[in-house]
Amino acid sequence: MAEPLSNPNLGIEDPFAGVDFSELEHSLRRPRTFMDFVLNGLVTLMTLSALVPLFSVVLMLLWRGGKRLGLALFTQLPPAPLETGGGFGNAIVGTVLMVLLAVLLSVPVGLMTAIYLAQAKQSKVAEVVRFAAKVLTGFPSILAGVFAYGAIVLTTGGFSALAGAVALSVLMLPTIVLTSEDALRMVPSRMKEASVGMGATSTQTVWMVLLPTAMPGILTGVMLAVARAAGETAPLIFTALFSNYWMWSHGEVQVLQPTASLAVLIYNFAGMPFKNQVELAWAAALVLVLFVLIANLIGQSLSNKQVQQG
Amino acid sequence: MSAHSSAQPGLPVLPGALFGSRQGEITQVPSPLQRAVDVTFRRLCHAFAWFTILLVTFIVLRIAMSAAPAMREQGWGFLTGRVWDANAGQFGILAQIWGTLYTSILALILGTAFGVAAAVFLSEGFLGSTIFGLLKYFGVHLHPWWGRLPDQIERILKELIELLAAIPSVVYGLWGIFVVIPLIRPLCHALHEHAGWIPLFSTDLSGPGVLPAVIVLAIMIMPTVTAISRDALVSVPVKLRMAAYGLGATRWESIFAVILPTASRGIAGGIVLAFGRALGETMALAMLVGNSNQINLSLFSPANTLAALLANNFPEAGPREVGLLMYAALVLLGITLVVNIMGAFILQRAAKNAAE
Repeated sequence: MAEPLSNPNLGIEDPFAGVDFSELEHSLRRPRTFMDFVLNGLVTLMTLSALVPLFSVVLMLLWRGGKRLGLALFTQLPPAPLETGGGFGNAIVGTVLMVLLAVLLSVPVGLMTAIYLAQAKQSKVAEVVRFAAKVLTGFPSILAGVFAYGAIVLTTGGFSALAGAVALSVLMLPTIVLTSEDALRMVPSRMKEASVGMGATSTQTVWMVLLPTAMPGILTGVMLAVARAAGETAPLIFTALFSNYWMWSHGEVQVLQPTASLAVLIYNFAGMPFKNQVELAWAAALVLVLFVLIANLIGQSLSNKQVQQG
Repeated sequence: MSAHSSAQPGLPVLPGALFGSRQGEITQVPSPLQRAVDVTFRRLCHAFAWFTILLVTFIVLRIAMSAAPAMREQGWGFLTGRVWDANAGQFGILAQIWGTLYTSILALILGTAFGVAAAVFLSEGFLGSTIFGLLKYFGVHLHPWWGRLPDQIERILKELIELLAAIPSVVYGLWGIFVVIPLIRPLCHALHEHAGWIPLFSTDLSGPGVLPAVIVLAIMIMPTVTAISRDALVSVPVKLRMAAYGLGATRWESIFAVILPTASRGIAGGIVLAFGRALGETMALAMLVGNSNQINLSLFSPANTLAALLANNFPEAGPREVGLLMYAALVLLGITLVVNIMGAFILQRAAKNAAE
């Protein structure tokens, strides 16, 4: 290549005249290339080692929690310190009930807020709402508990499932608002315009075009919020507290009594010196993680549907 | 939708009257009822949007008002006192503030190092190109199934790291007690024996302590750093990368000189948000940090944090203690609000810059 160019007869200067070709050699002896090689290895190692805790947690859950897995876990009550056997049926019921109550409280508010945000994109109020939702996303979960303690426990005079559900719904709200707004905005504008062009009011457009189209995305947000809320402990320890009994008596569900939950059961039993209770804590952790993972997976598969539609 | 349905026009169709069209027509002017429903619904949405703003204000006010009597009584001395003793009537949260900041900052350093490394690994196609090279070696890189493998494996890796964030913090606490503490205890013991003169190793690990809490906390905030940093790295324009390679830069020269600086704002926003999460994290710390009010540089001594103080004392608190705990909650709220608003602000500006 360089040979004809360096021919003085052509009157063209050699463009590679000052280049030391050995400098461009791609070899590990060169500090530049060596540095590159080392950093490649380092970053690979760091990424893979970040996954070690995940596998360790999963293996420990299967090993230590799997031992106790059985029907008794779901039908029996937590054991006293020196008892053997037992389960956490009441904690599962309590977790499910409080999460459901929290969904009932947060979904209507969150969805209506999201509809407002998707319709009034640029208004000042919308910006403030969005900012408030983002601030709530980073809100420490224990402060949601403190808030529910001040607002519900102190006014009703006792720990209750309702207070726990209020604390959880404060944590679910921002996720629902932000994901639903995204889902509503992804609906193609020509669909909206077609609806308005047919004489539909904006409420009709929302109910008959926007919501059905954006439903998978909205449900994804709800499922992610449910997954997060189910695993929360901090907002429950001093709002719902804990209970060693089933939450119904005389055929009525007691919403205003202290209520057990899986997360608080794990927290209480983890520090106990009794083997039976520690084993139950591991089994409860396994059940809780399965619950959270299933909610996450449902959310993920729904969000894939949403992408295909958009 | 059939334009001429067989339904009789005289029959009332309730949901249709509210939301749907009248029978027999496709396009039409909304009826007065539909207009009324429309206006009501829109006002309702507006009201709920305001409700979200009011909720945030109400939460802050509720905590501040409950804390007000204790603030008047204790004043600033509450923030500088080191003892929390209900029997002696002495209350101070300096040790908790120190513990909160110390554990969070250490966890942030650890979590950021691993989080940004994972983000670079995931966004620069390390794994993809390695697997592609391997496939090419076997001559199957254009095969319909094998050819998709590089993308698929990268996606799986990304989802696995996101899965770290899905595990509840109380499960991490349990894992920390029964796996991390026994695992690091011999190492900590040896470090204390041989390097005890360094302030970081000046006490022995007797069970729960700062280091196990920091390790677990770092694992919990890493996915946040990775997810936000990866978004920032992916949105760096391809032409910048190509220009760097074209000038003869190696992969890491272009990462350090071009890609990371361009994405720095997004990464910084992610780090600040992760810091906010670390400050407010409760369960893993309440289970692992030891709950002892000490101010000590040692990584192996027990400590306490604001969130752990709230979690431990609220369930059995009397009316007087509730006020004091509300004061502590207000301090935690103040710290996390400032950090979170900063993070949201940085990310917003990063997004604006990327759009321009």
